Amino acid sequence: MHSHHPPPASPFRRAATTGTALLLIVGTAATPAAASPAAGTTLTVAVAQQVDSFNPFTAQLAVTTNILSHVYDPLVTNDQATAAPAPALAESWDTGEDGLTWTFHLRDDVTFTDGEPLTSDDVVWTFTTIMENEAAAIANGSYVAGFEEVTAPDDHTVVIELTEPQATMTSLTVPIVPRHVWEPIVEREGDAFSDYTGEDLPSVGSGPFVLTAHDRGQSITLEADPDHWNGAPGFDALVFRYYSEKDAAVEALRSGEVSFVYELTAAQADALDGVDDIAVNFADGKRFQAFTVNPGARTRDGDEFGDGHPALEDVTLRRAIVMAIDNQEIVDKAHGGRATAAGGYIPARYGEFHWSPEGGEAILDFDPDAANAALDDAGYETDDDGVRVSPDGDRLELRMHVHQDRPDNVSAGKIIVERLADIGVEVENLTVDPGVLSDALYAAEYDLIFTGWTVNPDPDYVFGIHTCDALPTEPGTMQGDAYFCDEEYDGLYADQLREYDRGARAEIIHDLQRVLYEEAVVNVLTYPDIREAYRTDHVREGTLLTQPAEGGNIWGQDGYWAFWAARPAEAGRGGSGGVPTAVSVGVGAVALVLVAGGGFLFFRNRATAEDRE
Amino acid sequence: MTGAPITVPSGAEEETPSSAPAAAASGRIGRVLRYVAGRLLTAGLSLVAVVVAGFFLFRILPGDPVRAMTEGREVTAEQRAELRRQFGLDQPLGQQFLDYALGLLRLDLGTSFQYREPVTELILERIGPTILLAGTGTLIAALLGLFLGVRAGWRPGGPADRINTTVALFFWSVPTFWLGLLLIVLFASGRDPLPGLFPTGGMTTPGVTGTVNVVLDTAWHMVLPVSTMVAVIYAQYLMIMRSSLMDERGADYLTTARAKGLRDALVRRRHAVPNALLPTVTLIFLNLGQVVSGVILVETVFSWPGLGQLFYSGLRVPDLGLVQGLFVVFAASVIVMNLIADLVYPLIDPRVRP
Repeated sequence: MHSHHPPPASPFRRAATTGTALLLIVGTAATPAAASPAAGTTLTVAVAQQVDSFNPFTAQLAVTTNILSHVYDPLVTNDQATAAPAPALAESWDTGEDGLTWTFHLRDDVTFTDGEPLTSDDVVWTFTTIMENEAAAIANGSYVAGFEEVTAPDDHTVVIELTEPQATMTSLTVPIVPRHVWEPIVEREGDAFSDYTGEDLPSVGSGPFVLTAHDRGQSITLEADPDHWNGAPGFDALVFRYYSEKDAAVEALRSGEVSFVYELTAAQADALDGVDDIAVNFADGKRFQAFTVNPGARTRDGDEFGDGHPALEDVTLRRAIVMAIDNQEIVDKAHGGRATAAGGYIPARYGEFHWSPEGGEAILDFDPDAANAALDDAGYETDDDGVRVSPDGDRLELRMHVHQDRPDNVSAGKIIVERLADIGVEVENLTVDPGVLSDALYAAEYDLIFTGWTVNPDPDYVFGIHTCDALPTEPGTMQGDAYFCDEEYDGLYADQLREYDRGARAEIIHDLQRVLYEEAVVNVLTYPDIREAYRTDHVREGTLLTQPAEGGNIWGQDGYWAFWAARPAEAGRGGSGGVPTAVSVGVGAVALVLVAGGGFLFFRNRATAEDRE
Repeated sequence: MTGAPITVPSGAEEETPSSAPAAAASGRIGRVLRYVAGRLLTAGLSLVAVVVAGFFLFRILPGDPVRAMTEGREVTAEQRAELRRQFGLDQPLGQQFLDYALGLLRLDLGTSFQYREPVTELILERIGPTILLAGTGTLIAALLGLFLGVRAGWRPGGPADRINTTVALFFWSVPTFWLGLLLIVLFASGRDPLPGLFPTGGMTTPGVTGTVNVVLDTAWHMVLPVSTMVAVIYAQYLMIMRSSLMDERGADYLTTARAKGLRDALVRRRHAVPNALLPTVTLIFLNLGQVVSGVILVETVFSWPGLGQLFYSGLRVPDLGLVQGLFVVFAASVIVMNLIADLVYPLIDPRVRP
């Protein structure tokens, strides 16, 4: 039937077969090599964001500030269990009568990882450098904005003189660096200090980990400092591996290449929930998701600009818009139930600062009928097509800018369009790139626009962006995100910053939220949950401590608690679980592919041989 | 990763009048020189256009780098202003362009906003992994495509042709991103009952040392990204080879070869394939130029630490310094490879010699 002599193997075919075989053999042969990580236990975390800089004076991105919080200690941290201000380098602190002098008493048992003791001199130098050197103020300049002078009466006391009282002093999470390491760097780099990326490793800090390696675009390695004053970390090493795609990172968690993945989408978290050896943590969010209404943008001098809809200057219309929207519907439909319907501006997890309108305060609860009635009373008449017209004769056609890169925002946007139609407001849904959204905001060329903030344990900053001082000096330079300006609000804001009694300050902060709520410019919709997952065969369940203990998160803590406290699982396989079994199976796969490939070529040759005859 | 259209060097048609037969030899050298100079000039002009376009194109992008970089951070207006000053964004646009263009003359591509390092250094750091991945992928795709294209084109309409063409076009139309994720799910994630054979991403395992181990480890990490890349692009080689072989099939010289009594396989290999290879060579050169830029998606899915990943991270900001630098490098590599193709093609195909 077919030819008597075996068909001559073409060089092409030979090359291709050998190539495939080699690739697969090399592939599987490499497996054992990869299965031997550095000695000791390793906790591997999948990260998506690239490192901007390991220079604690300039590092801004969330991933780097987070990593650096494991390398450098601050004066004051936030407690793991309660998230309230807690001692770190400073054991205790007190304030003078006028509230302008803060005295911090430092621990005397802290050494940097090079063996040098940490003294008040290091603290003074760190703060003074941020105050005096613009290039060193990029990351933490806001913390020292109200500092007059920082001095050290003795080795373990630091005195900070303020120009104005500021209640945020118990949130001084600025990383304290060793003067003997950083002073020469600042002097050497001069103006170029902002471009110094701190890649001289290992790092020298006083935190529980030492930064030892950075393989750019691939991984960041931290090794435990067993002598840390707060006790040795549970793992010997902490490795952050890059996964540019979150879906790929989730697969890496399934395969055991990483032990922990954070910032999961609702779909990813739900898919991982219930998988063997994987625990999913749903935490109360630190973020609020909101939309703001353009109240008529103006500069600090009062010059109007932008093209916001004129009717939105009317608080009646703004309140009607809020009343037409059901926050719980957005939680259920846009977040799949994985969020909390919002009350005030500060998320519910910050118990003492959180405020929710109760009883008579709750004037803007979901009530489309009341909203319609209010609009009717205010003279907003309805056209034949169901769209209202303002008393000044402007049709209520509003634009709404929504971030297209946030699936829950996109869904929330669609819901809002429907709900506002119920009260005769027509919305043009502009689901756009974040850059387009940002440009529209700063040019004030919007009507409704989505926003959101991750709120820190001290909420001062997120309130500061709605003071009249945050209005732009000229279009495009706004410090805040809502063109909000209200005298009562500004007064309350100043009061809370001066109030050192935490309970009294919380009261003022509630009032601030009440003003924001009633003005209906900044309208909070939801507090989305935080979703993260880890392997229980790598990390002993329950040792990745959450902050706060109840409903808390693992990634993005204020402090180093989770990764410091984590302990390896008993049969801890460290990073690359399941790989050794892959070897045998891999060999099987090679055989299979070769057989299949050989079969294909065989039939190919038979076919050509037949064609020939 | 779409293949660029194949261009026959336009210089081929140029007629150069030569008056005296004695001047024929020097006239020929002149023609060659003019051809080469023409190519160089075109390449140079394209490069200038790319530099200008690269600068202004990315400045049209919506969004503000400083706002994007400080988003969600508690920064003061002074901190933002300082960043703007450091990035040179406080300068008028004309001044910014001038600085950028003068920098390029010194081979200085500027500084990345987010990495705070010279773009040239970042690119040099990342170009190795990209060339390794894309080079291997292109090589295998070309070999595989040519090999299968020969099979398909020799007997068009036959079963081998139909199967090969269908499979190749199927993969060609599959989105790279989706295919990559599918391969990860099937071969890397270790869902029961599938074993996790390969890593889900990256180029090396952290902590692996020793040259042999690193080489093996890297090869292991390359299997899935290379497979994805090959699957998506081999079709273009297959189709080109197939169609150019089909063109040759009826040629008289093949009838002659067959009349000499040569076996079919030999006719194909010795006579048809070498001629059919010519258009493919151009394609390979054009693709070599795109190698650097063409793997952005593969690098993103597999977290490969190359230029594609760097570009992706730069676009999200937008890190103007970085993306315009990379844009120039990507475009320049295409231009240079085109130039080489233009210059080499006449050497291997006498029909288009100037």
